[in-house]
Amino acid sequence: MRILNASGCLDALTAPEVTAQLDAFVSKTVTPLPREGNAPVRIAETDAGMLNSIGLANPGIDAFLAEKLPRLVDVGVPLWVSVGGFEASEFAELCRRLDDRDEIDVVELNVSCPNVEAAAESAAEIVAAARNATSKPLYAKLSPAVPDIAEVGRAAEAAGADGLSLVNTIRGLALDERTLEPVLGPAVGGYSGPALKPIALAAVFACYRSVRIPIVGMGGIRSGRDVVEFAAAGAADVALGTTLFSDPYAPQRVRDELAAEVAALGYSHADDVRGLAHGEANRQLLVEASRT
Amino acid sequence: MRREALSVAGVEAVGPYTLLRLERGRMEPGIPGQFFMLQPPERVLPRPMSLCAAPAGQLAFLIDAIGPGTRALVSVDRGEQISVLGPLGNGYRIDVETPLLVGGGIGVAPFPYLSERLGSPPALLGFRSAWHAEAAALVPQAEVVIDPVLVTEPLEELASSHNVLACGPEPMLRAVQQLAPDAQLAWEAPMACGYGACYGCAVEIEGELKRLCIEGPVLQQNVRQEACA
Repeated sequence: MRILNASGCLDALTAPEVTAQLDAFVSKTVTPLPREGNAPVRIAETDAGMLNSIGLANPGIDAFLAEKLPRLVDVGVPLWVSVGGFEASEFAELCRRLDDRDEIDVVELNVSCPNVEAAAESAAEIVAAARNATSKPLYAKLSPAVPDIAEVGRAAEAAGADGLSLVNTIRGLALDERTLEPVLGPAVGGYSGPALKPIALAAVFACYRSVRIPIVGMGGIRSGRDVVEFAAAGAADVALGTTLFSDPYAPQRVRDELAAEVAALGYSHADDVRGLAHGEANRQLLVEASRT
Repeated sequence: MRREALSVAGVEAVGPYTLLRLERGRMEPGIPGQFFMLQPPERVLPRPMSLCAAPAGQLAFLIDAIGPGTRALVSVDRGEQISVLGPLGNGYRIDVETPLLVGGGIGVAPFPYLSERLGSPPALLGFRSAWHAEAAALVPQAEVVIDPVLVTEPLEELASSHNVLACGPEPMLRAVQQLAPDAQLAWEAPMACGYGACYGCAVEIEGELKRLCIEGPVLQQNVRQEACA
């Protein structure tokens, strides 16, 4: 059970001591061209979560490779790079640029950012295009805002994904207390935090029964107990997002809490908990049953 | 950057504002103008607050309770614990010869600590009412103006002969910069994290969107926060 950061929720270069607590660092999404991101206001707290509308602010792939990547390597934590584009061909081009960079362990395909216009192609088409462009492990980051996420997960697996990152934020709106106008510059944003946890758990639960590839669970994780639940639903690894904003030392705290929770349940490793939410059923049989 | 749960030592009304006193623990007060992230009980995100005062063994924050987070912060009881992260960002440069503090409204917040570190320099403070102006009592040598009089009125004469250190609402900061182009200005933006992780506090600095928590909050440049895309 590895603990990662959710893409876009940590800058390893400004907070290396926070990054050092992680088993792998996931970069902010890199796009083909530089993006300034959305107009302020970009964040808003709600009662049970937060909204963001950062809008994939990033320096673009050229500056990422030339300026950021060498410094990220110096941080000394295994590196995942998140990529995003507006067409499958852009994802493929990004993957080609990253393919020969040995310092990158995994490429995460952000096919589901709620703050930019979605690519015209389906998640599976994007995964297939990326698959043809790189031999690196590919994780597809999916949105929970679909009728059947297991079907999307199966399609991503069939297209060549090596893993699933579940889930991205979901669109939400917050209104100003006095003016009743949207708080965020672009009105709607991506909703994350504690309110997302049951939604994310359901996505992990559904996909675990439908795919054979590993799942990184994320969405509202704040404690070791939360990680136990994601593992039980089927996550092999987890990522922390919103909780990093209130507690930069959350990764180590959560890791310590996880060990205590697992021991209290009578297990020796977090991996022993994986899939327990599915009862005695064997995952292989669940996956096969989902395909008939 | 350090994070610690600090005990509430006192909650006092100062006009419409609230002075929240926390036991300091092992936290450093930092440089005046730097800020701390205070975690309101039962809320998702912490709130950025500049340090108001650093009495022995304490850190004190002046809070204007205007939303759910700040209301939760001022509703705490003595002895309760609040998680605090900091000090963060870039504060004021205090190696100036003839400092003059210029503040508006809750912008007075960092001045008691700043004034202490600068040896009680003169201050010009503007408030919207006499009730709000009660906060001026926290700052030595303060000349107070009340709406409709603005701080820029008395500042006009003093700007050229002083090093201005300002904090207040955006229009005030812009007006101060017109009169004192080299003024150090403490800006504000909504922040989720305070340490560069969320990219939420991006503001336009010299034509580029940058994170205020990393570049500021105290800057000599002008900052644009309104929608620019």
